[in-house]
Amino acid sequence: MSLWEYANPVKFLSFSGKIVPWFAAGAALFIAVGLYWGYFLTPDDYKQGSTVKIIYLHVPAALIAINAWFMMLVASLIWLIRRHHVSALAARAAAPIGIVMTLITLITGALWGQPMWGTWWAWDPRLTSFLILFLFYLGYVALWAAIDNPDTAADLTSVLCMVGSIFAVMSRYAVLFWNQGLHQGASLSLDKEKNVADVFYQPLLMSITGFVLLFVALVLIGTRTEIRIRRASALLARERG
Amino acid sequence: MMPDLGKYAFAVLGSYAVGLALLAILVIWMVLRNTAARKRLEQIEGARDGQN
Amino acid sequence: MNALLLRDMRLAMRAGGGFGLSLAFFLIVVVLVPFGVGPEMGLLSKIAPGILWVGALLACLLSLDRIFALDFEDGTLDLLATAPLPLEAVVSVKSFAHWITTGLPLVLAAPVLGVLLGLQSDAFYWIVLSLLLGTPALSVIGTFGAALTVGLKRGGLLLSLLVLPLYVPTLIFGAELARRGIVGMDVGTPMSLLLGITFASIALLPFASAAVLKINLR
Repeated sequence: MSLWEYANPVKFLSFSGKIVPWFAAGAALFIAVGLYWGYFLTPDDYKQGSTVKIIYLHVPAALIAINAWFMMLVASLIWLIRRHHVSALAARAAAPIGIVMTLITLITGALWGQPMWGTWWAWDPRLTSFLILFLFYLGYVALWAAIDNPDTAADLTSVLCMVGSIFAVMSRYAVLFWNQGLHQGASLSLDKEKNVADVFYQPLLMSITGFVLLFVALVLIGTRTEIRIRRASALLARERG
Repeated sequence: MMPDLGKYAFAVLGSYAVGLALLAILVIWMVLRNTAARKRLEQIEGARDGQN
Repeated sequence: MNALLLRDMRLAMRAGGGFGLSLAFFLIVVVLVPFGVGPEMGLLSKIAPGILWVGALLACLLSLDRIFALDFEDGTLDLLATAPLPLEAVVSVKSFAHWITTGLPLVLAAPVLGVLLGLQSDAFYWIVLSLLLGTPALSVIGTFGAALTVGLKRGGLLLSLLVLPLYVPTLIFGAELARRGIVGMDVGTPMSLLLGITFASIALLPFASAAVLKINLR
């Protein structure tokens, strides 16, 4: 029994079918509790007023937006090295989730920035990096959509993901160099001093947990979709041939 | 019950509305796509079994 | 290798090869910007490095699909892939040819167009230097994008979407180098970072491009 057994599409379908409901239920529960707690039961921040409530959407979405790309990178490497189709399809399934999460981050950030900084948008390093990440996602999805042969598409998008990762990191530092920003530092860090205050921290953790579970559930569902589409077209091709 | 959002009501409510709407669209889109793919696959597999 | 380089350059120079086209495009972009932002010379000379950089980048982008498209259509690329020359070398040579026929003319044209934007003559040096150091990276990165989309019909738009995000760091450091140079600030950091990107791209990206090309030729 090893992890690689789930690289078999049939095994993956039956196993993921069993665990998706659990992840989905957990995601719904944690997001609901986290957002409810955050929205109704936390006080206003002394500086930011009630806008601090936006954090429960903004930060989890941002975390997922970045880590979805990272997961795509890992899945792409597994595909390139071990040629497991499920892995390539999981990378493909994660991309639209990443796009939506990046959008949520950018939009909630704009709505937050307007009252706090007096502007919807600033060419701040963090904001700019997310915009660039958004462009990378768009290119990745567009490349998948443009190529007919599934294996070629998986190979090419995997290489793009790898090269793109390097350039995304370089852009991050380039942007940092280009403009020092308005945005506060990371909301979460191991350094306890820098963390957001405890009242906000606990519901935020709930919300983040919910978003992570949601991401896993959605990736599994998306991968199942891709496997089925792939299998359907393979069957059709066999009948025609 | 509703917390008093003060002058930032638009920003907070707007963020929640947009964020939750986008999440809902994503979830519904992915579930519908999955259902469509499953039905299509079952249909193709059913047609194949019928022939054999 | 020399033969391939000469052949690629000759093909690019020929009518329809896109040699003059990107230069003309560069000219048009630079002419259009003042129409958009107004004729005030002070403002124009302030944003001139950015305009020239973005213009050069777009002009470079325009000619990228030429790198492989023709060779792919008539089967030359398959021959090159099976030739004794490693595909990585082929890719590098083709990037180099693209730079000589597109990047270098853009570098040389930039000061002339800088006159239109009210650049002082001592600024020319920084514009030319930054473009000279940066455009090779644009060619090499663009070659990677061209290799990704080589087999696709209507790959042009997709190519832009894939390549433009990859151009971000080069653009930032290149334009920053020119801007700092012109106002007399310290240029050490952007210059070394720009050089780093250029050399790293030249050294490493051909491997990715060749790998991608092999997948596309399967």
